[in-house]
Amino acid sequence: MKNLISERVADFIKNYPPFNVLDSKSLFELAEQVLIVYKEKNSIIFNVDEPQHSHFYMVHKGAVTLNNPTNSNIIDYCDEGDIFGLRPLFANENYKLEARAHEECILYGIPINIFKPIAKKNNQVTIFLMESFASNTRNPYAKNQKGQLYDNEGEEEVTTEVVLPDLQLANYSKKLVTCSTRTSIKEAADIMSKKKIGSLLITSKDLPVGIITDKDFRNKVISGQQPITASVKTVMTTPVITYPKNLTITQAQMAMMKSNVSHLVITEDGTPNSPALGILSKHDVMVSLGDNPAVLVKAIKRTSRIKKIKQIRKSVMVLLTGYLEQNIPLGLIAKIISELNDTCIKQVVEISITKMDTPPPVKFAWLALGSQGRSEQLLHTDQDNALVFENVPEEDLSKTTTYFLELSKHITKGLNSIGYEYCPADMMASNPKWCLSLEEWKNKLSYWIGNPGPNEVLMSSIFFDYSLAFGERSLLDNMSDHIFRTVKNYPIFLVHLANGALQSPSPTGFFRQFVVEQDGQHKDSFDLKRRALRPLVDAARVLILSHSVKAISNTWERYEKLAELEPNNKELYLACSYATKALVKFRTRQGLANHDSGRFIQLDQLSKQEKMKLKRTFKAIKEIQELITLRFKVTNILG
Amino acid sequence: MGLFKRTPKNLPEFWKTYESLFKETQSKKFNDLIFVVLDTETTGFSFEDDRILSIGAVKIKNESISVQEVFDIYLEQEKFNKETVHVHGLLKNGQRECISEILALEKFLAYVRDAVIVAHHAGFDMGMLNTALVRHGLPKLKNIVLDTGVIYKKTLITSYLVQPKSHYTLDELAEKFSISRKDRHTALGDAYITAVAFLKIISRLKEKKNFSLKYLLR
Repeated sequence: MKNLISERVADFIKNYPPFNVLDSKSLFELAEQVLIVYKEKNSIIFNVDEPQHSHFYMVHKGAVTLNNPTNSNIIDYCDEGDIFGLRPLFANENYKLEARAHEECILYGIPINIFKPIAKKNNQVTIFLMESFASNTRNPYAKNQKGQLYDNEGEEEVTTEVVLPDLQLANYSKKLVTCSTRTSIKEAADIMSKKKIGSLLITSKDLPVGIITDKDFRNKVISGQQPITASVKTVMTTPVITYPKNLTITQAQMAMMKSNVSHLVITEDGTPNSPALGILSKHDVMVSLGDNPAVLVKAIKRTSRIKKIKQIRKSVMVLLTGYLEQNIPLGLIAKIISELNDTCIKQVVEISITKMDTPPPVKFAWLALGSQGRSEQLLHTDQDNALVFENVPEEDLSKTTTYFLELSKHITKGLNSIGYEYCPADMMASNPKWCLSLEEWKNKLSYWIGNPGPNEVLMSSIFFDYSLAFGERSLLDNMSDHIFRTVKNYPIFLVHLANGALQSPSPTGFFRQFVVEQDGQHKDSFDLKRRALRPLVDAARVLILSHSVKAISNTWERYEKLAELEPNNKELYLACSYATKALVKFRTRQGLANHDSGRFIQLDQLSKQEKMKLKRTFKAIKEIQELITLRFKVTNILG
Repeated sequence: MGLFKRTPKNLPEFWKTYESLFKETQSKKFNDLIFVVLDTETTGFSFEDDRILSIGAVKIKNESISVQEVFDIYLEQEKFNKETVHVHGLLKNGQRECISEILALEKFLAYVRDAVIVAHHAGFDMGMLNTALVRHGLPKLKNIVLDTGVIYKKTLITSYLVQPKSHYTLDELAEKFSISRKDRHTALGDAYITAVAFLKIISRLKEKKNFSLKYLLR
């Protein structure tokens, strides 16, 4: 029965191989039999050695990883439009890998008994299948190994740990920007600045004849050899080094070293006598290798599509895993990763602004709140953000608010698509209560500080941990000044804040055992965020505020500053700083291992040593809470 | 037809079959439940004066929807309300093959069986279906009903500053869960969007303690 849903399915699968070569009759025949499967994040689609399903799968929304559970390596990463779980059905054997939903997924299950006869009839489909079974699928994300999606039949015990990075294909930029040999140097430079690129291909009759790069400008133009009015022909590097596509990274690196160039031209047949398909730069090679933050920052800044940022963020995670493995100090890791996250957010804001019909009417600032604001966010978590814009005349206020709300909607949606979940409490700039003018924010903050109930304390505490993600710093400074002035007038506010900092439940019970969650999905696991991290974060905030220190929002940096300000408590503060870092590191490791936020910890999975380490941090928590109770006389006032 | 109230004895065979399904107790396990997510397009918003134009539904078993097992029917109309045509584009006796209201109800009962019904703002769809049943002298539907508009609110955190809205449209849900709004305002298209939203809501609520069908009904 043909229906709307099968049409929708057919509409999607026809874009991807092997279905792109099917005639519409077979396509609909297939689509009508599809099973639409929803998988929540981290759920298993099939296990190793599980008997065959009657379907193979195509990712419609989300992403799936194929893993080797024995060494927990990711063998392949399937994105929207990729198929998986087909090979075992053809080879008539059990699954050899585990398939796991890397994100929340919608999969199309395509029935093998319908697909097989269609595949047999259609030559091109057969060829596609043969090729994909025969070749190794590339996987830039598996760190140590080049895995095989399809285990070789007959060959016993393939040594999967072999490092074969040279099989990885290099990505090249397919969006070619070219000019003719008669273009002037100035015009060429204009094109390059406009497109934000470092090299420009010169063509003549559609064939690549030369390349100019920033280096050519420096060496041959600025140095005075050629005037900017001369044609590019006089300064270009020629002839170009050409290669066919499907160049591997190693090949590309070798070619660049051999010819001492930084750009290769990919042409249809690999010679300069066919039209160019794209340019492969040293930068592309570095991005493919994905192990250098500076390269990643550059790659993020260059993208004009949000989807691309999502890809790059995967490399960021690879980087993070590597750093943790190498035991690099957490303070440093956090700095680098936060910087990368900030760059991603900035780029999303930039892209969102281009989606608006007009540029922003007044200056504004995009604020990162919560853990992102404290630069303690290493894994993807919820987005907490707010927007503040310059004061505008009364009559323009509603118009301006509407503009920024719409912009915020674009931004929060963009952030969502690169991996930040929407905030379940709707603390986002797309909420009209979080998208205000400077004046409105000041009124709101004054109200919170002047009327501190538990909610107000919570709300304003968020605002002491913010950082500028994009836009005008003066707006932010103005808000900070306002907060500090107001707090001075209401000293009782600090007591409320201190009281709030003591509300987190204790991590250990009377016998110094871990206190685990009693019920719910996380029954019997330890809530690292609520019981261990939050007390430290809250304590640091109230203490640093009582010293009127602003501009430090990071928790361990706050403790380090406190150690400096109060030498008599130095030891305790440094212990807290250390504990915070240890806990964040712990959480990140857990999160990476289980692909979640790392908040809940299964105690039985911890080694004795790890448990000891955790308990040592609790000592610091207890002591800092005692200090706060005494200093702010919390019990006296609130009873 | 419909002029006199049928006594339980002379209820048609298809109703008896449907009714008998409810005699057996359902499995208590949430994962064993079958859900039928439905949407109706109607000539207007009055239960009495307006009529169902089409019914679309998908069946969710074990978090999967089989494309083959969708329900998509169009009803013959004696009444026609010009004003709502622009919403759903269903013209009276348009291109589609249409069947009579009673046959549509018979088919629907055979499809829905004792599944849990899910709909967005279910009260309206259930009202339309029940009024139609009563019009033909039949009792009302016996299924358990869940409303995605209501259970969605359970995923939100209520705090002092951000009260959830009292009312969330299907468009807002689709936006929140990044579901494509293609085929919006066709019964089956809306049913599909509702189904995906339902699955996503459930996966978020599963984390809560005391999660069960009962919890959703509260």
